[in-house]
Amino acid sequence: MREEIITSGRLNPHIDPYLEIWHWQIPLYLFLGGLAAGILFFAALYTILGKEDKYPGAVRRAPIIVPFLLVLGLFALFLDLKHKLFFWQLYTTVRLQSPMSWGAWTLMAITPLSMVWVALHIREYFPKWDWKYDILKEIEAFLVKYKYYLAWIIIVYAVILGIYTGILLSAFNARPLWNTSILGPLFLTSGLSAGAATIILFAKSEKERILFAKIDLLLIVIELFLIIHLFMGFLASTSVQIDAANLFLGGQYTAPFWIFVVVLGMVVPAILEIMELKHIKVPVIIPVVLVLFGSVMLRFIIVFAGQMSRWLY
Amino acid sequence: MRYAMAIDTKKCVGCADCVVACQTENNVPIGYCRDWIVEVTDGTYPQLEIELRSERCNHCDNSPCVRCCPTGASHYEKGGIVVVTHHKCIGCGACIASCPYDARFSHPDGYVDKCTFCIHRIEKGENPACVAVCPTKCMYFGDLENPNSEVSLILKKRKHKTLIPEAGTKPQVYYLI
Repeated sequence: MREEIITSGRLNPHIDPYLEIWHWQIPLYLFLGGLAAGILFFAALYTILGKEDKYPGAVRRAPIIVPFLLVLGLFALFLDLKHKLFFWQLYTTVRLQSPMSWGAWTLMAITPLSMVWVALHIREYFPKWDWKYDILKEIEAFLVKYKYYLAWIIIVYAVILGIYTGILLSAFNARPLWNTSILGPLFLTSGLSAGAATIILFAKSEKERILFAKIDLLLIVIELFLIIHLFMGFLASTSVQIDAANLFLGGQYTAPFWIFVVVLGMVVPAILEIMELKHIKVPVIIPVVLVLFGSVMLRFIIVFAGQMSRWLY
Repeated sequence: MRYAMAIDTKKCVGCADCVVACQTENNVPIGYCRDWIVEVTDGTYPQLEIELRSERCNHCDNSPCVRCCPTGASHYEKGGIVVVTHHKCIGCGACIASCPYDARFSHPDGYVDKCTFCIHRIEKGENPACVAVCPTKCMYFGDLENPNSEVSLILKKRKHKTLIPEAGTKPQVYYLI
């Protein structure tokens, strides 16, 4: 038998009895950032492939929500800071070893880029839109001419944004649940899946809906594979990671994770999407909402459960 | 220069004088602490073994908190002491999550706070407050690179360990066992 107690009564708020430093703001931002990355990825991808006219939902229509997602996410991040008035210190230095520094600079680049993208396609929503000043018209003409290159820049930033949301957590070896390099690809795939699902809502043609249902289906399968891989890795690792995995395999996060994330967020929408591909009528909103719900829950559960996993000494 | 601390678990009685001294010296807000006492009991009655440890930031050589800080507020001072510059800290909590020892906390004023090895006292040539007040003199502080410092000599003489070295942090608070 072994008992360890802190006899001098360490009860630092948000540290003891277990870490609670990150609340709803961080997982919400991780979701919004991942979703924004997913939408921008497909918008840029189909521009690069030259299929803009074939898939206008992905390229022109869906990205309109991206600046709102990113601004909301940035606001959530700001709310998370405890020393708020010093937030600008993020932009006084570049720290290559800090994923958070990478994230801050990526957001600084991709937020205005997403706004530019929306401005270029504003006529999709307001056909009579006209820029008031000549300079804006000239800038627009310039950007339209080089849109292909703009798409390449956006796709690179979208992948960095999507993958960094996972790397942010996996860089912490102090929290065994987060300390796995699978989290980067898992969060990227989850973000792309959420993006593909959202694009289904904005799609105009049956053909586009079916394409993105297929893409989403593929991404869900990859996600399930990564989740199995995640647990295989944990169970074959050190005792602290086995303990972390047990939070989901019998521990207190078992029910929320497997029911909300895996069944409701992945398996059910996958079945509904297969039914749709087989031409059985399903209201499209149901799988989309379920995928987004699963994506949100994945981040909340991983962030909260990760803070409970620790090195015992 | 490499500052380090050695704490004798055989001499420590767990009085928590170091905890109170730190709170007074560093004006630690009520309800918080930068150092604390851990009591480990092994075995079943009547075969029991107790280890008492005064714990604090380990001022690691490979500090995850310094690595993940996005602004450079968490940094190494002379002698490897890990310090947070208050006016650079944005309170994002990354360093708190990155510390396997949970040695950091969010100060009510917003910035992140932790043990500084009493750097303001070291600069004057004094020992950290916890070391200075210890009634059993179970703590040793000094420069590891100086072979004749108190801490180097005791580490040469006695068996010792560090906390979770397998986390790869290279902690610099040694426990004599």
